[in-house]
Amino acid sequence: MDDIVTLGFIATTLGATWRLAAPLVYASIGEVFSERAGVLNIGIEGVMLVGAFAGFATVFWTGSLALGLLMAVAGGALMGLLFGLFTITIKADQIVVGAAMNLLGLGLTAFLYRTYFVSTGRGVEIAPSLNLPGLSDLPFVGEAFFRHNILVYGTLLVVIAAVFILHRTSFGLTLRAVGEHPKAVDIAGRSVALYRYGAVLIGCSLAGLGGAYLTLGHSNQFVEGIASGRGFIALAVVVFARWSPIGAFFVSLLFGLFYALQLQLQAQPALHIPYQALQALPYVMTIAALILVRNRVDTPSMLGVPYRKG
Amino acid sequence: MANIDSERSPSAGSDILNGLGRAFTKTWQAVAMPAAAVLVSMGCGALLLALNGFNGWDIFTVMLSGVFQDTRSIAEVLLKATPLILIGVGLCVAFRCSIWNIGAEGQLYAGAVATTAVGIAFPGLTSWIYVPLVILAGALAGAAWAAIAGLLKIYFRASEIVTTIMLNYIAIIATSWLVTGPLKDAAAAYPQSARLLREAWMPKILPPTRLHIGILIAIALAIAAYIFLFRSSAGYAVRVVGISPHAARYAGMSVSRNILLAISISGAMAGLAGAFEIAGVTFRLYQNISPGYGFEGIAVALLANNNPVGAIFSGTLFAVLRSGSEIMQINAQVPQVLVSVIQGIVILSVVGFGVYRFRSARPSE
Repeated sequence: MDDIVTLGFIATTLGATWRLAAPLVYASIGEVFSERAGVLNIGIEGVMLVGAFAGFATVFWTGSLALGLLMAVAGGALMGLLFGLFTITIKADQIVVGAAMNLLGLGLTAFLYRTYFVSTGRGVEIAPSLNLPGLSDLPFVGEAFFRHNILVYGTLLVVIAAVFILHRTSFGLTLRAVGEHPKAVDIAGRSVALYRYGAVLIGCSLAGLGGAYLTLGHSNQFVEGIASGRGFIALAVVVFARWSPIGAFFVSLLFGLFYALQLQLQAQPALHIPYQALQALPYVMTIAALILVRNRVDTPSMLGVPYRKG
Repeated sequence: MANIDSERSPSAGSDILNGLGRAFTKTWQAVAMPAAAVLVSMGCGALLLALNGFNGWDIFTVMLSGVFQDTRSIAEVLLKATPLILIGVGLCVAFRCSIWNIGAEGQLYAGAVATTAVGIAFPGLTSWIYVPLVILAGALAGAAWAAIAGLLKIYFRASEIVTTIMLNYIAIIATSWLVTGPLKDAAAAYPQSARLLREAWMPKILPPTRLHIGILIAIALAIAAYIFLFRSSAGYAVRVVGISPHAARYAGMSVSRNILLAISISGAMAGLAGAFEIAGVTFRLYQNISPGYGFEGIAVALLANNNPVGAIFSGTLFAVLRSGSEIMQINAQVPQVLVSVIQGIVILSVVGFGVYRFRSARPSE
């Protein structure tokens, strides 16, 4: 074991941790918005897939990374609009609609991918890593923190923006109130539905961005079901983080560490661990995380409940 | 308890005409609305095909004529309907209890693994003992795998939506490990288990097709599940817990026990589906033993409005779609995954048409 855990190994693992946490950070902070407003969206796995595909297809055809990210956000938002239409306007069960979103996202992206791309086999150019002069060349710290692409650094921006919006703006205050006492918001003359739409759209846009990271910031290819459960893991991250954006960031990092360890240890055949045991690690740890937070005092009280006037 | 029980039986002097009228409305709702949902979904599917340069109408006619071509093709549909009905029926029970078991896929794998392990281990048993034994092993394994999520919900308040999905991944990964490791057929180049002993194979009912006795068992279990849910006090308790845990507790019913019962039943049904795939169709364990039956079962249950007898029809319908999509893929190069899109739209249409109502009755404050 001693010869495996070296400084180089730690630096690589830390760097990979942040990178692999990035899609979870986007998706889970998005879900924090949604759930804080009382809307449980279990369909973010499907939304991430749409983002991953929309981003990939756009960059494939136009070559523009910025346009790709924009389309990923737009694709996510479109899914959010559909989800909102059924859960907020029609007031259908959020879990059932979420399950439908997952099937739609998986099916639609796989259908379009097989129709237009599968025979090409070509990848796209992924976001280049931004090497900060001086910092990136530092030993250890350089590899761990300063050789990432814009989407990885972007996670910091998203956390700060989320905290600011949720806790320092009247929009955020009202949004949180919608998840706790929708009636009070209603009586105060603001539209509960509008705020929920806002929250769901923010949530799904971010999930779309998280999906885009997979095709535009990590691997350069779209693969059917590429999110491989990250949308669902993000749901657990939100619970474990007690609906706090900062918490979601750090819990995502923890899961990023599990992913990173899995990859790093797979590259160490000397350990004689079957690779499937490592593959299962993030999923097992998700269950472990849910066991650890058995006391859910911070759950938004109206989570999952459609609001009816009167 | 007495109060709620008395509400269940209709009062002796109930108006017969009134009852007939209600039965008509109910039938209309149970048939017309799902039918409309299916039509809308097929329409959306055709539109999606047209938008992407396929001729939707041609494809549908090719698909339907292919599906109902001969005895063999119909047998293949029923072969696919078997796991869908089993899983759909199980999920009806879980969903009626408001347990969102999204883990049927993993429970199917657990059942398949157990059936394989038992089915290769005991030479010398007669079929009369061996077939029920492997089936039982599959059902128990599925129930146990689902019960993990049930217990986590009861003792740690862990959302079964997340835990069942995580258990899916774990079961699928574990299966991949088993067929490349401990259960691997030493003589085979590919990751697969040894073949089940001949005495553990389920009997065929329509030779020379592959159709096995499982479809009859699935239909019988659907009817049994209907009787359990709507004609037994145990099933009644499951439904009360699903509608209002508070009312159930007030009436002296154990919420935990009913949750565990409902999720275990759904797991057992999914485990059976896995057992039937092994002991009735493939006779070996492979890495990808299910093409997503566990997820499709969710749409099967919802389209049936969580009625187990309805799941016989919705399961068969989805089997027709799945068979048809295979034909589409071969004859018209239409990607088979179109089925998932149609399933998603089916669920949304069902919701849109208000067939799916039983939980939305929950008050907002």
